[in-house]
Amino acid sequence: MLNYAIKRLGLAVVIVSVAMTLLFSMIYLIPGDPASVALGPRATPEMVAALRARMGLDQPVWVQFWNFYSGAWTGDLGIEVLSNRPVLTVVMEQLPFTLALIAGGITWSVALGIPLGCMAAVRRGSFADRLVGVLSVAVIAVPSFVVAIYALLIFAVALQWLPAIGAGEPGDLGDQLTHLILPSLAVGLGWVGYIARMVRASMLEVLEASHIRTARAFGLPERQITYRYALSIAILPTVTLLGIGIGQMLSSAVFAEIVFARPGIGKLVYDAILTRNYPLVTGAVLVTTVLFVVINVIADLIIGALDPRVRSGF
Amino acid sequence: MTVLAVSGLSVEFTTEGGTLQALRDVSFEVPERKIVGVVGESGCGKSTLINAILGLLADNGHVSAGEILFEGAQELTTLDPTSMRALRGERISTVFQDPMGALNPVLSVGRQMVNVQYRSGRSKAEKTARAVEMLQKVRIPDAEKAVNRYPHEFSGGMKQRIAIAMALMMEPALLIADEPTTALDATLEVATIELLKELQEEIGCSVLFISHHLGVIAELCDEVIVMYAGEVVERGDVRDIFNDPRHPYAHRLLDCDPARQKGLVRHLPTIPGEIPDLRARPEGCIFRPRCHRAEARCTETPPEIVVSPGHMARCWVAEVPERAEAAR
Ligand SMILES: Nc1ncnc2c1ncn2[C@@H]1O[C@H](COP(=O)(O)OP(=O)(O)OP(=O)(O)O)[C@@H](O)[C@H]1O
Ligand SMILES: [Mg+2]
Repeated sequence: MLNYAIKRLGLAVVIVSVAMTLLFSMIYLIPGDPASVALGPRATPEMVAALRARMGLDQPVWVQFWNFYSGAWTGDLGIEVLSNRPVLTVVMEQLPFTLALIAGGITWSVALGIPLGCMAAVRRGSFADRLVGVLSVAVIAVPSFVVAIYALLIFAVALQWLPAIGAGEPGDLGDQLTHLILPSLAVGLGWVGYIARMVRASMLEVLEASHIRTARAFGLPERQITYRYALSIAILPTVTLLGIGIGQMLSSAVFAEIVFARPGIGKLVYDAILTRNYPLVTGAVLVTTVLFVVINVIADLIIGALDPRVRSGF
Repeated sequence: MTVLAVSGLSVEFTTEGGTLQALRDVSFEVPERKIVGVVGESGCGKSTLINAILGLLADNGHVSAGEILFEGAQELTTLDPTSMRALRGERISTVFQDPMGALNPVLSVGRQMVNVQYRSGRSKAEKTARAVEMLQKVRIPDAEKAVNRYPHEFSGGMKQRIAIAMALMMEPALLIADEPTTALDATLEVATIELLKELQEEIGCSVLFISHHLGVIAELCDEVIVMYAGEVVERGDVRDIFNDPRHPYAHRLLDCDPARQKGLVRHLPTIPGEIPDLRARPEGCIFRPRCHRAEARCTETPPEIVVSPGHMARCWVAEVPERAEAAR
């Protein structure tokens, strides 16, 4: 376990460092001075110089990078110039909305994808199997913002079953959940297809394994064989896939947040780019990078909990 | 009493290249408390035979003729799936060839052994106690702790002993063992065979034992069935078969056994030719194309000739032993 933790931590440091370097170079190379952008066209050169000094933009590049790098590790992502608040605070305010959206997306994809994939494998070659196959490919092929727009048009505008925009009344959990249904569907629908395909393929493989034949030879109930003996193994690649897929889900979340006018990291980054609020862009992207790393650790831990062979390797 | 009586059993697989007859007119019996060995080259239908008995033939396979009578009462080829499942693991249990893959990797050994007892009506604690007791019987060290461990934490030999423990836990009437020792090294093989024999005597079950290894068959079995290309070509008491084989194939098979070579040989003898394509069986004797004793009448299907009581060979020339013929 200690070995695993050290390896994981090392990997996290590398990933986050690379992300920081890329972000810093990008912002530095993009033309336009963040300070004059922030202050607008009517700012005097003195005001711009003062802000540049406060943002540390007057220092040599490598000092700037070091300040950025060392600050980030202690949670200091700089000051957001428009509201004059710490970037980390601003990002953390939005983070729960995005987390809820992604959790909702995962819930949709797991709750639909696993049973569908399982059924397709158990009834291989049947009409239901082929239907699931076609639908999976279809939902994988449709971009998530298209799903978002159609979900909005059908369920919120035409049928008026569900609210169209926003994240719901703060403090009202039921309202927040109803506001979550459509955006999370937009984020998760493509993943229903991925997971159904993945679970089907690994179920077919596991059902051929000799321990399944042993289980049958012992007359165990077919249900127990499918769910307890086969699915608990077939699920493992899906967990890994989901961990890696979080990156893609985060980018779908950007679209869903814009289409449904939901608060969240995606919306924050989008607005920050439009206003060239660079410290906010870097901060938000760094936080999502850390989120990605953390979610992958969680995926690993889940696999460890499910698979004793992996657990003993931790 | 006869525990298992197979008569006239034929099994066909539907394949892209046509119908493949994997078993043809297979008949034999497994008497109570006896160990019956099945030998034959790879692909001769040993596993198919087991799967037919267990009702676990692949989807493209079916029994096209014959019957399998279990404990004189149940006809397995026509038994409904629910009753068949009730027999499996309870009255008929199985140990498979591959000890590495035969146990579920994500469930603890104890959990799997408890699950197998789901029809017993015992309490959870009793089931666990039974599992521990069986592990002790197959000499798994520290059995109380071993039930909480997972298959990958055991060696190959231990896993196969666990599989045997699991198979014998419900005290079945018939144990089917499909090459249970093939994947083990020689010393482990001997130990496992001895253990199996010991437990079989204690429980009083019959065993259908499949093996490539003639030495193991000779050591363990009371009776032997020799199979070739899906047919039983010879069967009888282990001593009769080993000392006085009458079917030319059985004779060759014994000649090819490295353990039976006298002195040092440069080349191990082999049987020339190949197993016929089971999709297009030749007329008459199935072994005729490879047989050095083939005669004109061999183009007709040979009868089962009784050599001595309980010793049968499906061959026109079975009445004359090969050695006698050579001397003539
Ligand atoms: N599902 C199937 N579909 C088509 N043919 C099959 C199927 N299962 C087995 N066969 C064929 O039936 C014949 C007997 O196979 P089987 O597996 O019973 O042989 P075996 O004696 O167990 O061989 P081995 O010693 O290698 O395990 C082979 O020719 C094989 O190709
Ligand atoms: Mg086999």
